[in-house]
Amino acid sequence: MKIHIPTPLRAYTDRQDAVSVNAATLGEALDELTTKHPDLKKHLYSEEGKLRAFVNVYLNDEDIRYLPEKESTKVGEGDALSIIPSIAGGC
Amino acid sequence: MTTTLETSAALPELSNNEIARYSRHLILPEVGLEGQQKLKAAKVLCVGTGGLGAPLTYYLAAAGIGTIGLVDFDVVDESNLQRQIIHSTKDVGRPKIDSAAEKLKALNPHLNIVKYETMLTSANALEIIKGYDVVADGTDNFQTRYLVNDACVLSGNIPNAYGSIFRFEGQASVFATEEGPCYRCLYPEPPPPGLVPSCAEGGVLGILPGLVGVIQATEVIKLILGKGEPLIGRLLLVDSLNMKFRELKLRKNPDCPVCGKNPTVTELIDYDQFCGITPEPKAVEVNGTQVQNGIPQISPKDLKKKLDEGADIFVLDVREPHEYQIANLGAKLIPLGEVANRYVELDKDREIVVHCKMGGRSQKAAEFLQQQGFKVTNLAGGITAWSNDVDPTIAKY
Repeated sequence: MKIHIPTPLRAYTDRQDAVSVNAATLGEALDELTTKHPDLKKHLYSEEGKLRAFVNVYLNDEDIRYLPEKESTKVGEGDALSIIPSIAGGC
Repeated sequence: MTTTLETSAALPELSNNEIARYSRHLILPEVGLEGQQKLKAAKVLCVGTGGLGAPLTYYLAAAGIGTIGLVDFDVVDESNLQRQIIHSTKDVGRPKIDSAAEKLKALNPHLNIVKYETMLTSANALEIIKGYDVVADGTDNFQTRYLVNDACVLSGNIPNAYGSIFRFEGQASVFATEEGPCYRCLYPEPPPPGLVPSCAEGGVLGILPGLVGVIQATEVIKLILGKGEPLIGRLLLVDSLNMKFRELKLRKNPDCPVCGKNPTVTELIDYDQFCGITPEPKAVEVNGTQVQNGIPQISPKDLKKKLDEGADIFVLDVREPHEYQIANLGAKLIPLGEVANRYVELDKDREIVVHCKMGGRSQKAAEFLQQQGFKVTNLAGGITAWSNDVDPTIAKY
């Protein structure tokens, strides 16, 4: 499945706007992403391993924090994960 | 879905001039005479008259909003004109609020404008917002984003037509309605300072605030008319480079500190502190030299003098390659993000003067290099100050 990387975090994925992973669950997909791009990890997770408060991850159009099965949610080739960080620009 | 705005019992009449002006609205059944009267009765507060605020206020004025409040304290800069279409070349140096008010009034003399030439702060936000039906947030920093959100919620859920942009991407939603989520439900905390660059640091495609600001204006109009599906509980993502619009579901967080069931934020707080903004340590004078956070500062004129005298100084530029292409001093280039990996390329025995565009990034690089044992000085004001004080042929950007 594809994981979409937003502009501010592309510095940590060799400027790629999407990363393909081969995973059966949501947790595996995110693990594979941060294993492939270790620099990304500290921008997505706190030291306690919690998703940071200014980053949201969506499986298709749903916030993963609200998925009933959380990290064990099954994912397939047709699904897309999007990382949506907080932006503030308006100037 | 119904919106939170109530119809006032006695709507203002439209004059024959106004009927002629708004004819294309009046013949739309979804607007009609009553809708146009609602727009005339409406009061909209627009925070910021920059990239988002320019198209937003322009369209709101054209559409016949009765009262528009403008909050801005900035002056028009030449670099604003690539996107802030409400300001013209002749306005450079003028307060944005005057320039904007003049254009809006010229477009629609029926409009009532209330000017707040101030920064929105915890001390004045509730007082300013009071009495407005809708707020449109067109600001450009996290502190004000959270301030606007909290003030809207704490003022009894005044809907906030939200838009934000970064380079080629935008986000839009309607926050702080009674039934819907607020900005803190989406992002409980801001990123650490410096992680997401501002427009001035990261650049922005000129048309992008046009796209997003007009989406905000559309939402404002819909909220007032009570028509259509507002962007409540939805985050619209705009990707102008691939021209893709996507939508994500947002939920009201029952544990939200401001709009949840047991709120912990019940009054406006210190938003600089909340966003981790600490005031820059002031430069101190040590033996006739300005020193900031342990790094000696040199003025462009003094650096020029030293170089002319043949001093053995190595100049290091820590900007990005595309900035170097616009203007440079012929110095070695190592972008700030690469300094930690490439500092071994530098000579420990030579005095290094670091520069960037304005002096901020080079200060960071200098602090790092000093820790590694280099003898470093920061060029105060960067290449911009060099252009101002030493060599005006160097382009400012």
